[in-house]
Amino acid sequence: MKLPSLSALLDLSWSRVFAVFLKELVQMRRDRPTFAIMIMMPIMQLVLFGYAINTDPRHLPAVIEMREDGPMTRAFLASLQASTFIDIVDIAYTSDEAEAALRSGEATYLISIPEGFERRLIRGERPQILIAADASDPVASSGAISAIERIAQSAFAPEFQGPLNFLARAPPPYEIVVHRRYNPAGVSAFNIVPALLGVILTMTMVMITSIALTRETERGTMENLLATPVRPLEVMIGKTTPYIGVGAIQVAIVLIVAMLLFRIPFTGSFLAFLIAVTLFIFANLMLGYLISTAARTQMQAMQMTFFIFLPSILLSGFMFPFRAMPGWAQAIGEALPITHFLRMVREIVLKGAGLGDVLNDLWPLALILIVLASLALLRFRRTLD
Amino acid sequence: MSDIVIDVRGLTKSYGRRKVVDDFDLTVPRGAIYGFLGPNGSGKTTTIRMVCGLLKPESGAGSVLGFDVLNESLKIKERVGYMTQKFSLYEDLSIRENLEFIARLYGLDRRDDRVDAALEDLGLSERQEQLAGKLSGGWKQRLALAACMIHEPEVLLLDEPTAGVDPKARRDFWDAIRRYSAQGVTTLVSTHYMDEAVQCDSIAYIAYGKKLLDAPTADIPKQVGLFGWRIAGRPLLQAQQMLEAAPGVDIVARFGAEIHACSKDAAALDRAVRAVKQAQPHVEIEPIEAGFEEIFIYLMSGALDNFQ
Repeated sequence: MKLPSLSALLDLSWSRVFAVFLKELVQMRRDRPTFAIMIMMPIMQLVLFGYAINTDPRHLPAVIEMREDGPMTRAFLASLQASTFIDIVDIAYTSDEAEAALRSGEATYLISIPEGFERRLIRGERPQILIAADASDPVASSGAISAIERIAQSAFAPEFQGPLNFLARAPPPYEIVVHRRYNPAGVSAFNIVPALLGVILTMTMVMITSIALTRETERGTMENLLATPVRPLEVMIGKTTPYIGVGAIQVAIVLIVAMLLFRIPFTGSFLAFLIAVTLFIFANLMLGYLISTAARTQMQAMQMTFFIFLPSILLSGFMFPFRAMPGWAQAIGEALPITHFLRMVREIVLKGAGLGDVLNDLWPLALILIVLASLALLRFRRTLD
Repeated sequence: MSDIVIDVRGLTKSYGRRKVVDDFDLTVPRGAIYGFLGPNGSGKTTTIRMVCGLLKPESGAGSVLGFDVLNESLKIKERVGYMTQKFSLYEDLSIRENLEFIARLYGLDRRDDRVDAALEDLGLSERQEQLAGKLSGGWKQRLALAACMIHEPEVLLLDEPTAGVDPKARRDFWDAIRRYSAQGVTTLVSTHYMDEAVQCDSIAYIAYGKKLLDAPTADIPKQVGLFGWRIAGRPLLQAQQMLEAAPGVDIVARFGAEIHACSKDAAALDRAVRAVKQAQPHVEIEPIEAGFEEIFIYLMSGALDNFQ
């Protein structure tokens, strides 16, 4: 076989190159949506993720269980309140109340001060301050634990003066005990693997359905389809249903791998899991379908999918603690189906939650699903206009 | 039921500021084959799409089979077969799968029988498992026709159905259309071919979105009123160039060893032809009656543009 010579390869005409270059420029300018995405994507993502991603999590929600009310514990509470590491969302007076807040994910920490704390402190009995951390997200839980130790130190220092001067010694006259709940070893995989199910489903379900209508338009088959008496809802259901099966297979694969390979304990209600994952698959299919009513080419559909996909990873609590993001970023996260699914799947798989425990995230997911489906139906053009 | 099947008035559609179809009227009686002529981009496709409810007209009204084109497009779609200009069935489905898909969308009973019959009609029974994308142009067009006939529509809307199809397949196609017409199916067909236009009962001619002519095919020559001359002899090239440059000569068409020059302006044409005879004494000239061929060349060249 004769290879083309180097000179033949280098024999290029710059004017032809320029002709092609110009043509591409013109096409790029004509393709407004793609152009807009190319410009807007970096800007939006820089703004969004630059501010939202916080690997030094602060403002994590804590619930305080107060069994003691004295000057020293009040000083400690005041220091906790002033701290930027944690935000006190609730002060509980019973342990049931406090435990529920931790389990539902309302709080990442439960800090409890036992009864008779001050008295036992003075007696030198080294009473315990108990910190229960939700370690289902190890990143979120590890950072603030050391912070709480420092807060305690500085809060008690002014109190250990005068007659109580003898308490100002090392080690401190109290003990801070940390319990990592739900994932005692702090294994990242326990947090990541169930959540990966959400990411995988988002990626594939949205991407597949995002070209559902776009492909018809691009290939010219839409015209024929619209000339038949088929109704928009029929097209929507018919086109998305096959992928429910695809989603189910993916769920099965991830579950099997999670249990066999990563030894993830499945502690919660399987029924709750099935309901949550079904709703989530539907929501993703509708999201993709909505994209396909808007995109004119398959290329545009892909770009829009990524436009959804990146925040789904970065703003949903998948990579970074949700509660550590600024409020507006949390608001965007709340609008994404995956955010609610992640919370539910972590609660069910790792925290042993049942259907009742995940209702808080089930109804927002159902609402998102209804909104997406309605938008998609409204956007479906029954004519070629 | 009334004998007028398509009756639309004042259909108008613009894209941006450009009026693609402007105040378009059309009346088609039952069983007629109505030809729809016009140069590329004249608005034929847009008009057909408005008639079958694929596009919403900006203004105008009308009915197809007694159903309102604005509000009852679903009912119209159930009774109309629309064949798109570009092949719009699924290339990655087999011939049979395509027909079954369409049959299901129309909710037809005896689906297997109908699909079998359609395949038989097409002469595609042997190749029914073949992917539609693998078919040649002529076969694709026959498949598309079969697909839009499967629900036994009362009206056929065919948008340049024979573009890019060989003459034999075109003849077969028209035989089929005439068969359907005899059974009472009404057909509106757009075309670029004069031999097809001649087969229509009536012709509507549209240019730049305006209908400029609408008459039974037999009346078209009289309506257009074209005068013609035949110029024969060899060589003809110079004569042809002179005629093309002459003012008032609308078409100069070469037919083998002769030229047919036509115009609506008889006096101007006379002058031009006589000037040619003077300059090129070897050619023979003779007045002729302009036939369909000349008229269609005239129409398709968009010459009617300046006659209003």
